[in-house]
Amino acid sequence: MESLKKNIILKTEQLSIGYQQKKDTQIVISDINLEIEKGKFIAVLGKNGIGKSTLLRTLSKVQKAISGGIFYQQKNLKEITEKELSTKLSLVLTERLPESQLTVYELVALGRQPYTNWIDKLSKKDIEKIDFAIHQTEINHLKNKRFYELSDGQLQRVLIARALAQDTEIIILDEPTAHLDLHHTIKIFSLLKKLVSETQKTIIISSHQVNLSIQLADEILLLKENNYHLGTPKELTKTNAFENLFSKDLVYFNNDLQQFIIKDI
Amino acid sequence: MEHKNYTKHFIFLSVLLVVFFFVNISLGSVSIPFKDLLNTLSGGIATKESWQTIVLDFRLPKAITAILVGSGLSICGLLMQTLFRNPLAGPFVLGISSGASLGVAILILGSSVFGGFLLTNSVSNWSLPIAASLGAFLVLSAVIIAAHKVRNTMSILIIGLMFGSLTSAVISVLAYFSEATQIQQYLFWSFGSLGNLSWNELSIFGLIYGLGVLGTLSLIKPLNSFLLGENYAKSLGINVKKNRNIILLITSILTGVITAFSGPIAFVGLAVPHIARLLFTSSNHKILLPAVALIGAMVLLICDSIAQLPTSEFTLPINAITSLFGAPVVIWLLVRKKRIFV
Repeated sequence: MESLKKNIILKTEQLSIGYQQKKDTQIVISDINLEIEKGKFIAVLGKNGIGKSTLLRTLSKVQKAISGGIFYQQKNLKEITEKELSTKLSLVLTERLPESQLTVYELVALGRQPYTNWIDKLSKKDIEKIDFAIHQTEINHLKNKRFYELSDGQLQRVLIARALAQDTEIIILDEPTAHLDLHHTIKIFSLLKKLVSETQKTIIISSHQVNLSIQLADEILLLKENNYHLGTPKELTKTNAFENLFSKDLVYFNNDLQQFIIKDI
Repeated sequence: MEHKNYTKHFIFLSVLLVVFFFVNISLGSVSIPFKDLLNTLSGGIATKESWQTIVLDFRLPKAITAILVGSGLSICGLLMQTLFRNPLAGPFVLGISSGASLGVAILILGSSVFGGFLLTNSVSNWSLPIAASLGAFLVLSAVIIAAHKVRNTMSILIIGLMFGSLTSAVISVLAYFSEATQIQQYLFWSFGSLGNLSWNELSIFGLIYGLGVLGTLSLIKPLNSFLLGENYAKSLGINVKKNRNIILLITSILTGVITAFSGPIAFVGLAVPHIARLLFTSSNHKILLPAVALIGAMVLLICDSIAQLPTSEFTLPINAITSLFGAPVVIWLLVRKKRIFV
């Protein structure tokens, strides 16, 4: 891949991802070479079980890479401590939060932990960042609610606010719209799009929303069996990359409409 | 974190604690006028010399022990509940107290089984807390190793209970081969008692307790991050493994030393954090830690006041009173339709 990209914030070299259990190594995808620029909204697409979550978990150091390297601004992820990484990368995960009485404000404020002192005292700057995150995600009216009182859509915005308050250049979200209806899915997508253009953050999400991703993402990473494509939606359509994303007996990709169409059953 | 102002709550609780402290000291088989009590406590002289001895050498150390035991066990309960993200966790349920009992049983009963080399008649000041802490740490580590393999919190609780039964089985076997006097010594210890401590022992207890509580203060931030689950905590720059180990270490030392000096005291560690969460409607450990300490101290002072059966010369085992108090609380928590929190 010729490197025309500027301001590369995240890069992988010959990265292989998968699971390692004692002697048994199961590689999900191998030899991934990605270059991701600052200020881009990137959607990772692919069918269930193809390795979207595995890739995101590996990039965020939740699990180990099988081989190859991951670089944040030229620094190898292996050499980045958890403490340091927490100021570079924030996460929105699919796992449920344990039950607690945390308020929305407290939850968002926890995003400031990498910067607070030993007793979690919020400085003026911390409070500014929290207020900014709450304002950007439009959750001001929820501030004093307990997080268990929220709907799935509201909770997702709160979790995004928490990641935003962490004030990192990259935010990784694992299927942020998994439990949401179309209306709330579009709201989340447009919120992320807005955050990228207004804050110049790099946002990487995994999703099953092919149509929305084609319309709203700056770049799409398509994961398939044993290979992958990274490019703008236009580039990928041009090279017919979407063609065999799903097995062809049910849907086909219509290049003119830029979406998948269900075959006559 | 921004939160409601809890100053009023804390002032109210502190005043209550002082009140119950004096109630506790003024009650006992010998009735002492309140004026003489205050005189003695402020360094003056009471009307009768025996009153002075009773207050300074018996009632005061006992009340202080109650405060240390109650607050210490409650803090341990809070730490366990946050670490396991399980509202039913506590030093007793997870078998940590049983581990401490095992340590003490081996020390007291083992001497007749394994011969005199362990310790013969006199159990020294340090050997009891060390044995209890070791026992607590042993069982807790076993629970943690098991917890790593199963991950399911329900299974972890069951495993904790199983370790509890295992240790009691070992204790039964030890007791079977022991002499009557030693069994009696162990049995009296297991009833629980706050009153057996000399000032000397109390200072050892206080020192270890103080170190444990100091260590807990350093955990406020990681404990709060644990409210989001381990992966989020890690992504916030918290060293999950290190902090988990510190929590386990502090819990086993505190539970160990408390159990060593006062016997296995049930339910306080489990019930008090829930009372604190209900009163303060918060999960923030900056609020909860001082809250459970205050409430725990108060609960044990009250239990102890009840246990001495005022105006009678009998004293009930403290362990029975805390169970009588704690079991209904736990049942109420489970039956109640509202959700219970970590």
